[in-house]
Amino acid sequence: MAKVKLAESKINKIKEICANFGNLPGEAINVLHKVQGEFGYLPAEVQEVVAHELNVSVAHIYGIVTFYSFFTMLPKGEHPISVCTGTACYVRGAEKVLDEFKRELKIAVGETTADGKFSISCLRCVGACGLAPVVLIGEKVYGRVTPDGVKDILNEYRNA
Amino acid sequence: MAKFKMHLLICGGTGCNASQSQEIAQNLKNGLKDKGLENEVQVILTGCFGFCEKGPIVKVMPDNTFYTEVKPEDAREIIEEHVVKGRKVTRLLYVDPENKQQVADSKHMGFYKKQLRIALRNCGFIDPENIEEYISEDGYSALAKCLGEMKPEEVVKEIKLSGLRGRGGGGFPTGLKWEIAAGNHADQKYVVCNADEGDPGAFMDRSILEGDPHSVIEAMAINGYAIGATKGLVYIRAEYPLAIKRLLTALEQARTFGLLGKDIFGSGFDFDIELRYGAGAFVCGEETALIHSMEGMRGEPTFKPPFPAQEGYNKKPTNVNNVETYANIPIIINKGAEWFNKIGTEKSKGTKVFALAGQINNVGLIEVPMGITLREIIYEIGGGIKDGRQFKAVQTGGPSGGCLTSAHLDTPIDYDNLIAVGSMMGSGGMVVMDETSCMVAIAKFYLEFTVEESCGKCSPCRIGNKRLYEILEKITKGNGTMEDLDNLANLSRVIKDTALCGLGQTSPNPVLSTIENFYDEYVEHIKDKKCRAGVCKSLMQYVVDPVACVGCTACARNCPVNAIQGEKKMPHVISTELCIKCGACIEKCKFGAISIQ
Repeated sequence: MAKVKLAESKINKIKEICANFGNLPGEAINVLHKVQGEFGYLPAEVQEVVAHELNVSVAHIYGIVTFYSFFTMLPKGEHPISVCTGTACYVRGAEKVLDEFKRELKIAVGETTADGKFSISCLRCVGACGLAPVVLIGEKVYGRVTPDGVKDILNEYRNA
Repeated sequence: MAKFKMHLLICGGTGCNASQSQEIAQNLKNGLKDKGLENEVQVILTGCFGFCEKGPIVKVMPDNTFYTEVKPEDAREIIEEHVVKGRKVTRLLYVDPENKQQVADSKHMGFYKKQLRIALRNCGFIDPENIEEYISEDGYSALAKCLGEMKPEEVVKEIKLSGLRGRGGGGFPTGLKWEIAAGNHADQKYVVCNADEGDPGAFMDRSILEGDPHSVIEAMAINGYAIGATKGLVYIRAEYPLAIKRLLTALEQARTFGLLGKDIFGSGFDFDIELRYGAGAFVCGEETALIHSMEGMRGEPTFKPPFPAQEGYNKKPTNVNNVETYANIPIIINKGAEWFNKIGTEKSKGTKVFALAGQINNVGLIEVPMGITLREIIYEIGGGIKDGRQFKAVQTGGPSGGCLTSAHLDTPIDYDNLIAVGSMMGSGGMVVMDETSCMVAIAKFYLEFTVEESCGKCSPCRIGNKRLYEILEKITKGNGTMEDLDNLANLSRVIKDTALCGLGQTSPNPVLSTIENFYDEYVEHIKDKKCRAGVCKSLMQYVVDPVACVGCTACARNCPVNAIQGEKKMPHVISTELCIKCGACIEKCKFGAISIQ
């Protein structure tokens, strides 16, 4: 990954978040939640600042970021698509829905479209199993999605 | 509450929320205002009713009228007809699939008849964001009773006598756990609520936190008093924003009412609760991993002993219980251990909440007494299999559990019986499958999950599960041998015996139980290269029945790779070489002429 230099203001924002948690190593996960909320993702440069502030190794922070699926080192699309692949959705055909999204957007899971509009990821159970299969776009929940309906859902965002 | 003569309860759980229940509530409120009835009829956004299949749900009290699949535009009719004129809106009533009759009173619905709601007692009845409603349902009276009338050891004894066992999966006796934690002395102890519900397909903990957060807060305070801890922590998934919001609101209210903080009820007992957020790791449901995660580290499990009750969070004695376990505590204290002890089977007392999902008519959240049979759950509460198809299997216990078959339909469900038949209670996911599910593919699905979620610390789990997955992949591709089948079973046993934590020790269960119960299906995949459910793509062939095909060309026009040839009004043919087995043709054929062989 190309080295991106962080702007001074961004570094200060990270320092501020760390300070709010008392710069305690034990708060690393809470800090990373907040920082990701601010930046959308956790690139290496951001992790370096966090490690420095909490006085732990960069490897320790990198270890946490890569351990938990909630944290990501890659930026997501403007409209992140999350297809639930929990058991309830799986037995009601989530895989076919996922295939259709991949075919429509021509990207794989974990990737972002060239225009930066969409990214696809899988998640395990949002707990709306009554609506299976479920797809989330941003915060919006789509229930009982069929492969045929995928195009219509995408069109809501394509022209927006 | 007394001044209102009618209540309109709307489900505000995650499922119904996604189907616009907030808008329905707003429209009902506006409608009442227009009629000048806002002081006579109250609209309450509650927690989950459990009947997610037909959501969003609107329930009218006191007459128990149960409206299903309500849309925001139906609000006006509910108010004009039901509230003003007293006539039920019949088109929104639930229709019994058996006799096609409308059911006006929810008490008579098959879905609720066999249920016994203890942990979910308040879900769908009270406004979870209003502490006064919880208090009016005897809320915090159990805490008052403990602090005012009982010694800590008496509280522990009461929970022990009740026979309550951990609802998170393992089924460890809760009272015993408390007793061990109480017996370890330290300057600081902790109670932790495990709300890291990671089992895909289980959502009972989320529903309790969304629908009745105060019951968990009250139980944690009781737990703190019983073991001598002044600090509580809730470890909750970041993926549950609504549950987090309701819990934070509830904590704030409890502090305002003096039910958390210093000197609760003037008893000298201090207790408060903080939240810790999970970040998406299934293994964090294991208590040692959970504790490491709360300490800001990777959520890797460690060897027991030392048990958390000896050395847990910050190396201090810590008691970890699951959300559903806690939800049972206040009512046990209020009604007594003896009352609780009468419910359930000999070794499993009380009730269990199950998340019923999959190919079943009534998907939703149910709470049933221990000892109920699968048949009662699937056919009476669940309303049977979707689209009249045949029942094939039910998976309990998530990635740690196993698949049960029609042979187990009459087995009374409790902790020990489920283990005896090769599955486990787990957190309570119950996924029902019909003949369209391939059991080899299901085993592979769970292994894929385990491989992804294995923390990597011990080699049996990290490497062994990966090998299991690869063998299953080979079989579903049609390249398996009978030797592979033996290797699967042997490797599974080795992993079970040697993995470090509960995740690894139970991860081969889906493989072992499907081999045990669906051996023929494995053999078919290996010897006949056939997948009877039509799931394993490599083993399928799409074929047009020349008699049924009328030559409408719909399939050929929709085939993405032009694999279907044929003249108009003449039978079509699918080229097996070109076909990518996407299934688009089957969906488009109106004559049922295309089949998978």
